[in-house]
Amino acid sequence: MSRKPHPRFDAALVRQALVDALKKLHPRHQLRNPVMFTVYVGSALTTLLFLQALSGAGEAPAGFILAVTLWLWFTVLFANFAEAMAEGRGKAQAESLRRTRTHARARRLQAPQRGAPQEAVPSDRLRSGDVVLVEAGEIIPGDGEVIEGIASVNESAITGESAPVVRESGGDRSAVTGGTTVLSDWLVVRITANPGESFLDRMIGLVEGAKRQKTPNEIALAILLASLTLIFLLVTATLLPYSRYAVEASGSGQVVPLTVLIALFVCLAPTTIGGLLSAIGIAGMDRMIQANVIATSGRAVEAAGDVDVLLLDKTGTITLGNRQATEFVPAPGVGTERLADAAQLASLADETPEGRSIVVLAKERYGLRGREIHELDAHFVPFTAQTSMSGVDLPGRQIRKGSVEAIERWLRAQGRGLAPLVRDAADAISRQGATPLIVAERGADGGEVLGVVRLKDIVKGGIRERFAELRRMGIRTVMITGDNALTAAAIAAEAGVDDFLAEARPEDKLALIRQLQQEGRLVAMTGDGTNDAPALAQADVAVAMNSGTQAAKEAGNMVDLDSNPTKLIEIVEIGKQLLMTRGALTTFSLANDVAKYFAIIPAAFAATYPALDALNVMALASPRSALMSAVIFNALVIVALIPLALRGVSYKPTGASQMLRTNLLIYGLGGLAVPFVGIKAIDLVLTGLGLV
Amino acid sequence: MTANGIAQISLYLVTLVLVAVPLAAWLERVGDGRAGPLERAFGPLERAFYRLLGTAADAEQDWRGYAAAVLVFSAFSVLAVFALQELQGALPLNPQGFGAVAADSALNTAVSFVTNTNWQGYGGESTLSYLTQMLGLAVQNFLSAAVGLAVMLALFRGFSRRETATLGNFWVDLTRATLYVLLPLAFVLALALAAQGVVQTFAPYVTATLLEPTVDSASGQPLTGQVIALGPVASQLAIKHLGTNGGGFFNANASHPYENPTALTDFLLVLAQTALPAACALLFGRVTGDRRQGWAILAAMLIVLAVALFAAYAAESAGNPRIAALGVDQQAGDASPGGNLEGKEVRFGIARSALFAVTTTATSCGAVNGMHDSFTPLGGLVPLALMQFSETILGGVGAGMYGMLVFVIVAVFVAGLMVGRTPEYLGKKIEPFEMKMAAIVVLLMPAVVLLPTAVAAVTPAALASLSNPGAHGFAQVLYAFTSMGNNNGSAFAGLNANTPFYNLLGAAVMLLGRFGTIVPVLAIAGSLAAKKTVPAGPGTLPTHTPLFVGFLIGTVVIVGALTFFPVLALGPLVEQLQLAAH
Repeated sequence: MSRKPHPRFDAALVRQALVDALKKLHPRHQLRNPVMFTVYVGSALTTLLFLQALSGAGEAPAGFILAVTLWLWFTVLFANFAEAMAEGRGKAQAESLRRTRTHARARRLQAPQRGAPQEAVPSDRLRSGDVVLVEAGEIIPGDGEVIEGIASVNESAITGESAPVVRESGGDRSAVTGGTTVLSDWLVVRITANPGESFLDRMIGLVEGAKRQKTPNEIALAILLASLTLIFLLVTATLLPYSRYAVEASGSGQVVPLTVLIALFVCLAPTTIGGLLSAIGIAGMDRMIQANVIATSGRAVEAAGDVDVLLLDKTGTITLGNRQATEFVPAPGVGTERLADAAQLASLADETPEGRSIVVLAKERYGLRGREIHELDAHFVPFTAQTSMSGVDLPGRQIRKGSVEAIERWLRAQGRGLAPLVRDAADAISRQGATPLIVAERGADGGEVLGVVRLKDIVKGGIRERFAELRRMGIRTVMITGDNALTAAAIAAEAGVDDFLAEARPEDKLALIRQLQQEGRLVAMTGDGTNDAPALAQADVAVAMNSGTQAAKEAGNMVDLDSNPTKLIEIVEIGKQLLMTRGALTTFSLANDVAKYFAIIPAAFAATYPALDALNVMALASPRSALMSAVIFNALVIVALIPLALRGVSYKPTGASQMLRTNLLIYGLGGLAVPFVGIKAIDLVLTGLGLV
Repeated sequence: MTANGIAQISLYLVTLVLVAVPLAAWLERVGDGRAGPLERAFGPLERAFYRLLGTAADAEQDWRGYAAAVLVFSAFSVLAVFALQELQGALPLNPQGFGAVAADSALNTAVSFVTNTNWQGYGGESTLSYLTQMLGLAVQNFLSAAVGLAVMLALFRGFSRRETATLGNFWVDLTRATLYVLLPLAFVLALALAAQGVVQTFAPYVTATLLEPTVDSASGQPLTGQVIALGPVASQLAIKHLGTNGGGFFNANASHPYENPTALTDFLLVLAQTALPAACALLFGRVTGDRRQGWAILAAMLIVLAVALFAAYAAESAGNPRIAALGVDQQAGDASPGGNLEGKEVRFGIARSALFAVTTTATSCGAVNGMHDSFTPLGGLVPLALMQFSETILGGVGAGMYGMLVFVIVAVFVAGLMVGRTPEYLGKKIEPFEMKMAAIVVLLMPAVVLLPTAVAAVTPAALASLSNPGAHGFAQVLYAFTSMGNNNGSAFAGLNANTPFYNLLGAAVMLLGRFGTIVPVLAIAGSLAAKKTVPAGPGTLPTHTPLFVGFLIGTVVIVGALTFFPVLALGPLVEQLQLAAH
């Protein structure tokens, strides 16, 4: 990750969030959250009771009602503040991405070619299908696809990576992102997103509470919380007639004041999770953005937590993109040193990573120094798709290196064949998961096979551990590769993936995903090419590389700006963390209620049934201080948990049972114990300061 | 508590498990159409029913069709039982010549038996003819239990089927449950009970001449004879317990010597009222293909049951603190049974009354062998709390299991989130629709208990029925609506509930408590059946572990406790504290 994450609480963000918290008091906003809306109505009611008390006809002293009322309003404000904080952080991230392009002006072409007449329009007026010309030094005005030209582009505004990348029409490097800068040459770009519909815009929508669509899981949880809220509303509302009966029956005390019942209701209602629910959802999106991933829906982020199968491309994800030479296997009767020398000569001008690794290996093993190609009067023969070979022509000799088939063809043209022992050696190398590269020479006396260079796929460092981690999380990894089954099996074993799909064509990938989904599994994959698009569209969690084609990005439901295929692991963790935070805080919130009952019930009925004081296990000083302590605790706990809501509960990849045990211990037992301590402490402070 | 008492309770728990295992296997065979010899004997009868009802054994219903069938059938049943009571004066088998029952009482009784509540506002031996008892009440004892089983089977199918719209056929489930489960079991048990001395006769009541004539305290008239009520008791008694009905033939229920003559019948009755609910839990594991799931749910139920048993037994053994304050020894010893013997089945002792009270309220049976009203406040709190756990601790036949599964859904939802996955149970994702229906069930019960109690607490006509003032009187009203709202039917006694207020409000509460649960449960079943089944993996929350059992218990207890803590505090808790404080 190249961009620094924002600090969790910076002063400007907090200031803005405080202002937003007040703005969110608008009833229309409150209605979005049924739990907090009931607190909102309760606060309004106690405010009226306070006004009534001021006029001298109150049910309790005005000062007491005022104190309760203020803390109820604080409860609402704290919840608003939590949401505003999460929004602020998400927006700050998103804005920094968006800033660059809002001011850009675009040159719209009347026809999709460079020479067409052009007109200047603000970039935010471009619509999908418009064609624009972007020249060196200009900012690309919107997401789109290159239809003409080739240029180097600086994408650091999006990815944070300063090295320029090449973008050209056709192929897998044709997608460009708005806000990035063309460094050299020019591009003709067809815009693919309408204003407000680009990836960035969609992402910004996910971090704004008012626009955000709730995910199914969030809706289900909200239903549960709403029904609990209704139960507590019933419980507290019916206490009024019960209290009337009790007062009449016992002939002592007075009916419980409405203020006390409203306070009891607010304490019991799941305000902790209710107040933080929206912030948790937004914060999940924030963490995605911080990981440089743009998600197009909250649903995709949650689905990431459910993934049970990960499909990973071998090249670039599991292995380094390039193979390395690790061994020279000479043909019978040929010295290893001669093979190494020939292989090095053939690779001197070869700038591919494989070629360079041959030069290096020859130097390391046999002390063969790389020679300057012009000193040798050599002529380099580059690799072409037709020949499948590369090599070098020296005075009097030609050296070639290539696949078994290519060299065999070359030799046959000279009337020679491939020695069976060499073919066996090549097969053995294949079986071990490496690629054989045959080196042959044509000298004065015709063609001759010198031997085989073993090119090995280098499995990325640490990838095995990551797969083990995934296994502990309950996620199966499947490697997708175009290699044959032998090679694939060997690499799969080395990398520690659970399964592999060899000689895979794009349609095989799609079929595999469909089959897994038929079994009820949730599949995640990454992809970048246009031919990945159908599979991406089918997968439940589909991460497109930002360096990939527009088609891939459209088909996926997330875009990784860093174009790092192992990012999926991080995405899964963020998804799980999001769900766990919801569950943990729901448990905490409900467990809290036990202590609140022990504080408020004896207090509310102390005058009617003095015997109930036996339930005052916290030994709170007075009924009034007990009630105030519970209300204050209930409000403050929201503030105290904001950092947790924004950060997410800590996630360690372990089995489900272990995870449940840990979280139950922390948030279940903790949720039972913490309020006993907290309410008692607040009671001590209140009585110590003489406030009640 | 005595060693003997603890041994009796422990013996019961072990026997229950031993009985539940083969019973669950039998239930599975009946469900699969492998009822063997019984099927050969009753098969023609079964098929005749289907022809009569215009259905076929393999005709399937979706959840709406299933629910509609349940509702239509139950509505018809209410009408039938109501009509029988109104017309009994003109019908045969009425040796005492009872006339029509008051309309509000008849409605309450009809609803009560159709909803498997069997709350009794009337005195059976002084109100109802033999025909009404047998054709109305005893028949409903079978059918209401069979309806519970049918709805439960439909929910089980929701979990075990995948990507289908149908849940089975209500008429088939109802018929097979009655023919192959309830009738054979009741037949065997009735014979055993009759052998122990439970009466079974159509003869009129007998008048015995008193050796020592006395004076009627109400009228002041001299009394020379005592009327001894009789009737076809054994046949009705067996299903009353097996079907967790609980409506006694006699007003005194199982504390009447003709309804519960020996210690063995007492044990059999307790066993009978818990056997089917326990077997249903195990059946769930069999039907869903993972028996551990059934054992996990049964374990959760039995752990709470065991805690409740020993809590009630301890509270009653400890006796009354005010009597202790007078220096009276309440310890059990050779000379006295100790503890609070008031209202107990004195022939069998405190342990057996505690066992009866706890099992009858854990299940939705409601039969009694003692008076819960006379328990110590804490001892009386236990049955009250068990009912307030929404019929989840064993519960009614079928009803307990589908009630518990709703709580399992809630528990799985929260626990599933805590392991970082969108929640699923047995491979079925729990989504907004299931949560909405589960929320209705969870919310409904507090509503039908707390709201009527609140209305009663401020209605003079309702308060006139209380036999005690203060916190105990409040507990009587609370107990009545808790019992009716959870379709239990046991009474705290002490409350004169045969008034239009309690009869009519109670009927509404019982209907809501029963069908307000059944319809959402069937909706959940329909939605689950339509879903794919996600295969379990290492990231899936295991739901058969002790950890999950603990979490499930926690969910049931916390939801119940958070809902009812205030009313319990104002009723039995404060009463106990007042006793201790004096």
